[in-house]
Amino acid sequence: MTSDNDRRRGLLARLRGRPVARSRGRRRLGAAVRLLAALMLAGGAYTAFAPSVQAQDTQMSSAATDGKALFNESCVSCHGRNAQGVEGRGPSLVGVGSASVEFQVGTGRMPMVRQEAQAPRKPPVFNDDEIRQLGQYIQELGGGPEVPAGEDLHKGGNLAAGGELFRINCSQCHAFGGGGGALSSGKYAPTLKPATDRQIYAAMLSGPQNMPVFGDNQITPEQKADIIAYIQETLNHNQDPGGFNLGRYGPSTEGLAIFLVGIVALVFTTLWIAGKS
Amino acid sequence: MKRRKFEMAAVPGNAARGVDDRFQVATPLRRLLNKVFPDHWSFLLGEIALFSFIILLLTGVFLTFFFEPAMTEVIYNGSYAPLRGTPMSAAYASSLDITFDIRGGLIMRQMHHWSALLFMAAIVVHMLRVFFTGAFRKPREANWIIGSLLFWVGFLAGFTGYSLPDDGLSGTGLRIASGIMLSIPVIGSWLTSSIFDGEFPGTIIISRFYIAHVLLIPGLLLALIGAHLGLVFKQKHTQWPGPGRTNDNVVGERMFPRYALKQGGFFMVVFGVIALMAGLFQINPIWLFGPYEAWVVSAASQPDWYVMFLDGSTRLMPAWEIYIPIGDGYVIPPLFWPTVVLPGVLVGMSVLYPFIEARRLKDHRSHNLLQRPRDVPARSGLGAMAVTFYLVLALSGANDVIADKFNISLNAMTWGGRIGLLLLPPLAYYVTYRLCLGLQQHDREVLAHGVETGIIRRLPDGRFVEVHQPLHREEGELEYVGWVVPKKMNRLGALGPAIRGFFYPIEKPAEAPVSPASPPVDSDTERSEITSGERR
Repeated sequence: MTSDNDRRRGLLARLRGRPVARSRGRRRLGAAVRLLAALMLAGGAYTAFAPSVQAQDTQMSSAATDGKALFNESCVSCHGRNAQGVEGRGPSLVGVGSASVEFQVGTGRMPMVRQEAQAPRKPPVFNDDEIRQLGQYIQELGGGPEVPAGEDLHKGGNLAAGGELFRINCSQCHAFGGGGGALSSGKYAPTLKPATDRQIYAAMLSGPQNMPVFGDNQITPEQKADIIAYIQETLNHNQDPGGFNLGRYGPSTEGLAIFLVGIVALVFTTLWIAGKS
Repeated sequence: MKRRKFEMAAVPGNAARGVDDRFQVATPLRRLLNKVFPDHWSFLLGEIALFSFIILLLTGVFLTFFFEPAMTEVIYNGSYAPLRGTPMSAAYASSLDITFDIRGGLIMRQMHHWSALLFMAAIVVHMLRVFFTGAFRKPREANWIIGSLLFWVGFLAGFTGYSLPDDGLSGTGLRIASGIMLSIPVIGSWLTSSIFDGEFPGTIIISRFYIAHVLLIPGLLLALIGAHLGLVFKQKHTQWPGPGRTNDNVVGERMFPRYALKQGGFFMVVFGVIALMAGLFQINPIWLFGPYEAWVVSAASQPDWYVMFLDGSTRLMPAWEIYIPIGDGYVIPPLFWPTVVLPGVLVGMSVLYPFIEARRLKDHRSHNLLQRPRDVPARSGLGAMAVTFYLVLALSGANDVIADKFNISLNAMTWGGRIGLLLLPPLAYYVTYRLCLGLQQHDREVLAHGVETGIIRRLPDGRFVEVHQPLHREEGELEYVGWVVPKKMNRLGALGPAIRGFFYPIEKPAEAPVSPASPPVDSDTERSEITSGERR
């Protein structure tokens, strides 16, 4: 237990114990050493935590360097230098992560052909290696979500749980059969037919275009696997037990079919019957 | 014991005599079986509806054996893996069992659904025939009204059936129906809570809809169909005008035996078309929609086609809320106008139309001869207007699917529907009116100048004229009577017959002469046939 007197003297003094009378020269020398140590500490910390532009280039992996070269060729006109975005043309990509790059570039949505309500899926411009390099560059630029490794991301997924999650979270826009649906003003939820496991996973993580983000806190990685399992094994893979599915567009194409097939066939039959009398 | 000689040929006669001795049915049956049916194809459209109703009853009975109309929660454990272990209502579970675990269940369900769509489609097509040919005029107004009611009762039958599986789609439809009922001023909330037994969805609606769907509505439909057919027998068929056909007779085939045999065949064709569609085209994949939960609404959740015009009118309706400042304030939601008022107006207009037209034309005579649509341009125009109005609404009911699949903005679809709903019907009226007049004009031209022969003659002064074959030998124009007018030489018998046969030529067409020096001499046999010009 220290006395009141001790408390007023401060921490360092208390640790040292009783004050010792020192010579003036020693006091000065001590001050100079402490100053030097503090300066060195601050400088070292600055070098470690706040890298300069020069330092960044040297720390990027070779893949990211290649990705940066690709970026400067194909993406920079809209996303700006260092992917900081250009007002009115393209958003900043700092912090979107490699998941976003993998989805947008891997499905051919980026690079965009023109500015419109939404970028459509098309054959990708870059090959897998280039997409990985671009993703690495964006990842090292500002971090962000990444798709786990592997091609098959739905192994062991629970179909029933996935179906339930799909109906609650996805079917409002992508429709009950995964065929997609309209959103406002020319925007739309695309069909899930051509999507790979990694693309679905990346879409959930990054929320591309008009899709909300389903981060790991909202839908855990296991639940994501369930959803992908339902999409790939039930909606995309499964046969339709009832015959041709009419595009799975719901009752509207069924109504079309009853007139184009049923009524047309039967009106021809009436013509036939009446023509025979 | 001596064996008596058994005569096979005498059996039907003896049996019939035995029946008549006991029940005295020969006289009424003779009247019934001798009913004459006109033989134009357009008189067979109503039969499609009748036959699909019979198929609805047959397949529906099969489905009742396995359907469980209860909302008790069960855990699904059937053979459809992606739903196994999911809690759902017993109704939905038994619908899944019908689909996946009961032999022939899926095709029965699909036949039931396709024949329901066909039933309603055939009603509408039949109604269009009756409207455009004026068959609803006196004395048949009552049957027209019964026909309109049949559409609306069929509509209810379809909606209750759509709701029974209790999948995501039917629950969404029910929620909308409850919203529509709630929007009715003053009585809305009482009506809804008495139908659903409290708040939506409650626990009893499936059982109530079930009894309505399998007993009350089919009973009503049967009664209305019986009255509809009874009136057709009592008032006799209408017929197209033509040689030998007057306002006081019916020309055609007797019901027995030929017409009945043909209708038996037609029933089999309708059955076959429905079975084919059920086998080839998947309808309402309830397993993809999952059990109904209030927070699950899929994109492309649409009603069946005959309800889609109400969905469309709802989508096109602007958000106009009427606030009435009495008491705590009262709101008439915008949903009330397109889903309660509009169908009410449509029912009223269709039911009253025969009387409106008779009053407008001051025509109170009985009409048993039909009119060709071109001869009554105003009515045909109104009909085209109604069809256009309905089509714009029905297409707007699917506007999200159309917008998505044809890459159109959904907002543009909505505005296109709003503008189209106001502009297109009058345009359709005008175009139809002009088309009718043009067709009449063409008929009058043939009556005045004769049929075009295709022979061009050069006159001495160098002019070219086409030779016309007059329809009669006397001088002067023929009177326009609203019958079919021959437009081609072979209709007059002046040329060889046109190629006959429906799918393939019954007879070999006459060969063209090789050279003028050796004209064919054997093609004269068919030329003597003179027809009215109407192909039968």
